[in-house]
Amino acid sequence: MMYGHKYALLSKKQKKKQKNKSFVGVQGAVFQKSPLAAGGNNMSDKIFIRMGDGERVKLSTAEIKEDISVGTMDAARRGRIPEMTPEEQEQLFEILADPARVVGVSPGEEVIVTDDGCSMSFYSGQDGGGVGIPMSRLQAILTYERACGADTTSMGHSDYSYKPVKPIINFEMNEYYTCSMMTTVPFFYGAQPNMGLYFQPDGPCPDPAELLLTGKIKEARQSQEEACAHLRKDLVFVGKKLAGVGCEGLNFDTCGSAGDADFLAALLALRELRREIPQMPVIMGSSGEFVIGMHGEVTFDGQRLAGMYPHEQVKVVEAAGAGIYGMAVNTNTGKSTAWNLSRAVTFCKAAVEAAQIPVHVNVGMGVGGVPMMEQPPIDSVSRVSKSLVQIGKADGL
Amino acid sequence: MGGLRTAGDLVGWMQIVRKMKINEAKQYVAKKLGVDVIDLTNEEVIRSVREDLGIGVVTSVAGSPKGIRAKIKIAELLDIHINSVDLFLSQVR
Repeated sequence: MMYGHKYALLSKKQKKKQKNKSFVGVQGAVFQKSPLAAGGNNMSDKIFIRMGDGERVKLSTAEIKEDISVGTMDAARRGRIPEMTPEEQEQLFEILADPARVVGVSPGEEVIVTDDGCSMSFYSGQDGGGVGIPMSRLQAILTYERACGADTTSMGHSDYSYKPVKPIINFEMNEYYTCSMMTTVPFFYGAQPNMGLYFQPDGPCPDPAELLLTGKIKEARQSQEEACAHLRKDLVFVGKKLAGVGCEGLNFDTCGSAGDADFLAALLALRELRREIPQMPVIMGSSGEFVIGMHGEVTFDGQRLAGMYPHEQVKVVEAAGAGIYGMAVNTNTGKSTAWNLSRAVTFCKAAVEAAQIPVHVNVGMGVGGVPMMEQPPIDSVSRVSKSLVQIGKADGL
Repeated sequence: MGGLRTAGDLVGWMQIVRKMKINEAKQYVAKKLGVDVIDLTNEEVIRSVREDLGIGVVTSVAGSPKGIRAKIKIAELLDIHINSVDLFLSQVR
């Protein structure tokens, strides 16, 4: 099988040779010609499946099983965790090969869904995955709760970072308080720590990426430590202010997006908030399957954060006091959903086994095995959800 | 799980407040509601349970509890602290 983007890289001679035994489908996918026409084997075992970029292709049973096997081995090797058992791999294959457009778990197996500003998608634009309906935050939150039957809901600043919330905290406190009088389901205030906003030109600290390029490793680390301190202070400030208006829960979303010092700031702020306001629950979610070592040496409770995979991240998140850990596994757009989901399930299973707290898996665009595209296909999303719950034993999504 | 349509919000409260894993949270809520775990997502069963307990239903019934009024009862039912409820009660008592 050759996919569209690979086909485009071929020389004219290679393309001519390829065309004799294949045809170009929708979205540029190149399929093998029918074996009836080619006099080959039966095609009945070909199954529709998505690539990590959302492109729908057909793969054989053997190809899908191979991707599942290679995917789980890749996750196991990187995370030093067990691979899926042959039975689990077979179960994953059956979920992927289900002919139904949408699949689901059996009654009694359903899990909770938490979100990261989902109600914002009602009124925001394309860059936020939004549909642009002119409605207020309160209207969007209540629509999500009541029309969509959401288990939990949340609100956040349009920028969805904590730093810009600080100067408008009174507006956010007022809106949160008003909404919380009307919502019935658990209602969070969410945003990303987003330490990148503390670097020049947006913030006070020298840009470590530029310092690293010039070999100034010590200065780059110092800058990140300084930014980490600013971020921690702002996270605690916003958390305490919201606690004052009866905040039912905070969401530290996409932690570690600027590296290990970003992850550390969230852990330190979480511990401080839990110590001072123990009745306010906090969700802490990560930005990727491993903590990027932009600093490389920062530690929490004596453990180096750089390079931590989900089953290790959950232990420090738990120690810091989080109520729920949100794990993320990156989707590779050049690989099939079988490969991506196999990795996500493998990481999920290890994290859930290690955790004392609930683990919710991020299944947004481009994470957890969901294709990286603006409108994630429902066939993939439902297969991802079912697999992570049934095989990965996730406590929520 | 279905949120207010079923008992999804109640299981969610137990996860975030008591850090319960999914099966423990479901069992806790089912016991409090007096239903089987499998019925936590059974709209036909949970609708009437929610009406009887006054913990909010998904459709809008004029005069019936929703929002903070329902959350006060949810906190009592599940024996948990909900910050918004604590603040509200501190202001009205």
